Amino acid sequence: MASVAPTDDSRSSDGPITRWVTDWGTIVVDGLTMVGDITLFAWQMCVWMFTRLPLQGTLLPNFYQVGVLSLPVVALTGTFIGMVLAVQSYYQFASIGLESRLGGVINMSLVRELGPVLAATMLAGRVGSAMAAVLGTMRVTEQIDALETMGADPIHYLVVPRFLACILLIPALTVMADFMGIVGGYFYSVIILGIDHAAYQTNSREFVGGFDFFSGIFKSVFFGGVIAVVSCYRGFHCLPGAEGVGRAATAAFVYSFVLILAIDLVLNILLDAIYFALWQHSATIL
Amino acid sequence: MTEPIAAPEFDESRLSLRESCGSSEPNDSNDAPLVEADDVSVQFAGQSILKEVTLRIPRGQTLAIIGESGCGKTVLMKTLIGLVKPTSGRVLFDGNDLSSLNYAALTETRRRLGFVFQNAALFDSMTIFQNVAFPLRQHEQLSPEEIEAEVMQRLAEVGLPDEVARKRPAELSGGMRKRVGLARALILKPELVLYDEPTTGLDPIMSDVINELILSTRRKYPVTSVIVTHDMRTARKVADRVLMLFPRTRLRSDQSQILFDGPPSQLEHAEDRRVRQFVRGEAGERLMELRASQNE
Ligand SMILES: Nc1ncnc2c1ncn2[C@@H]1O[C@H](COP(=O)(O)OP(=O)(O)O)[C@@H](O)[C@H]1O
Ligand SMILES: [Mg+2]
Repeated sequence: MASVAPTDDSRSSDGPITRWVTDWGTIVVDGLTMVGDITLFAWQMCVWMFTRLPLQGTLLPNFYQVGVLSLPVVALTGTFIGMVLAVQSYYQFASIGLESRLGGVINMSLVRELGPVLAATMLAGRVGSAMAAVLGTMRVTEQIDALETMGADPIHYLVVPRFLACILLIPALTVMADFMGIVGGYFYSVIILGIDHAAYQTNSREFVGGFDFFSGIFKSVFFGGVIAVVSCYRGFHCLPGAEGVGRAATAAFVYSFVLILAIDLVLNILLDAIYFALWQHSATIL
Repeated sequence: MTEPIAAPEFDESRLSLRESCGSSEPNDSNDAPLVEADDVSVQFAGQSILKEVTLRIPRGQTLAIIGESGCGKTVLMKTLIGLVKPTSGRVLFDGNDLSSLNYAALTETRRRLGFVFQNAALFDSMTIFQNVAFPLRQHEQLSPEEIEAEVMQRLAEVGLPDEVARKRPAELSGGMRKRVGLARALILKPELVLYDEPTTGLDPIMSDVINELILSTRRKYPVTSVIVTHDMRTARKVADRVLMLFPRTRLRSDQSQILFDGPPSQLEHAEDRRVRQFVRGEAGERLMELRASQNE
């Protein structure tokens, strides 16, 4: 066994500090390599997307998966979030006598934050991990290699349609989450808590503007893009076996979710800056 | 380095076998080889799988690659057609360096080869018909009737009944799937066909059916074939040349990974004991090695 790499032996003879540095070095290098890999992957996908039309047969199933099959779960969770917001905010607002402003709070949180993030999270969980599992299985069973040998580029054939489905249909899912959340919040506040219908409506209209609504939609497009790229990347780089596929699916969701929140933060800061620049004042609930 | 350097004790056998092998090749006298790997090395995550492998496959030859599981046979085959990019060295297909080709040229090159994957690699999301029609739709402008006729004929050639065409890959047995994979790989009449363990996991009868299909393809038109196999019957029956690959990790760095390169009839008389043991299926010192590595 003379030719086995000598790393293990040499590592154990090093001091703890050397080992600590090597371990962290490995983690950092691996992390950077992956960021570079994902960027390259996204770049190749963009090149394919803009140089050649996607094949028709590949688009429809993905649009159906993302747009139609995800709609019920997004609607359901949206409704619940709307109601939860009403429950959560009611007592605090009631204690300072401002319960009539509830509509503004709930709807603002929904269209700016919770609707887009919720729709993206459901998409990452439902569609993202499924994409990673399907592509991972295709990788493990050599179907991706087969595509390539038969002259179909796997990125053009598999990734581009998934990406398009995600970025084009996530706004619809976000609108659905927003709408059902607003309905759920209204239902709980007005019907169950007995807040005045007219006051609730007026307040909602006063505080939630077009900018809030569109900033939510705008963010969601980025969320959709991240979900597709990360999930497809994890699928393409799946390790062998059922375990590899399982890990790819889990990793697709976890990475997408972390990135969704990180991008959300960055875009919020950016959008706030734009809002201030345009209107010179901030929206206030009071 | 132009040729992998074999350990001294194998050197002579390799040379003499080369010559005898060369004389049995009708096509290889002046034609350039169809596939040529020069000093190809492949590493995955720092682990060396192939090191400085040099291989020339003349037109019309049927080459069998044997060797134990995990020694890199599949990786070698994928490297030959550019599915795996070599870490160093280059691969020429019909004189063109694969890494220098642009997308259109690479697609055109891939039209000329067929790959039969180990577990068929049929697309789960498509029917058998769509699977077999895939290369046709990808590369040729044919009417639906022409495609239908061609696909049904190919399925019949590999002995599959018509109703199979409407089924999905998951509904077929392993042997049927392999035959569909064969039909799909052969539908464009490729110049080079690569078979990855075409008979592994099949019953003896079905194995022989596959062997016959490989032979009948060769009878129909001048095809160059590379067959990865563990099945010595397949190697003897269909190959004119056998190459034995050895796992990189169990070799010294100066030893060649190719333990044997010659006609199948010479396998039994190979100088290298490991080749003879592999052919006869004897564990030999491998048992001792495994025990020793357990005790480590
Ligand atoms: N894409 C890959 N990434 C990392 N390691 C790989 C990859 N493909 C193959 N290997 C490794 O290369 C070695 C040889 O694999 P392979 O060529 O499939 O063996 P076999 O001779 O049985 O066909 C194995 O140890 C395998 O784990
Ligand atoms: Mg293999």
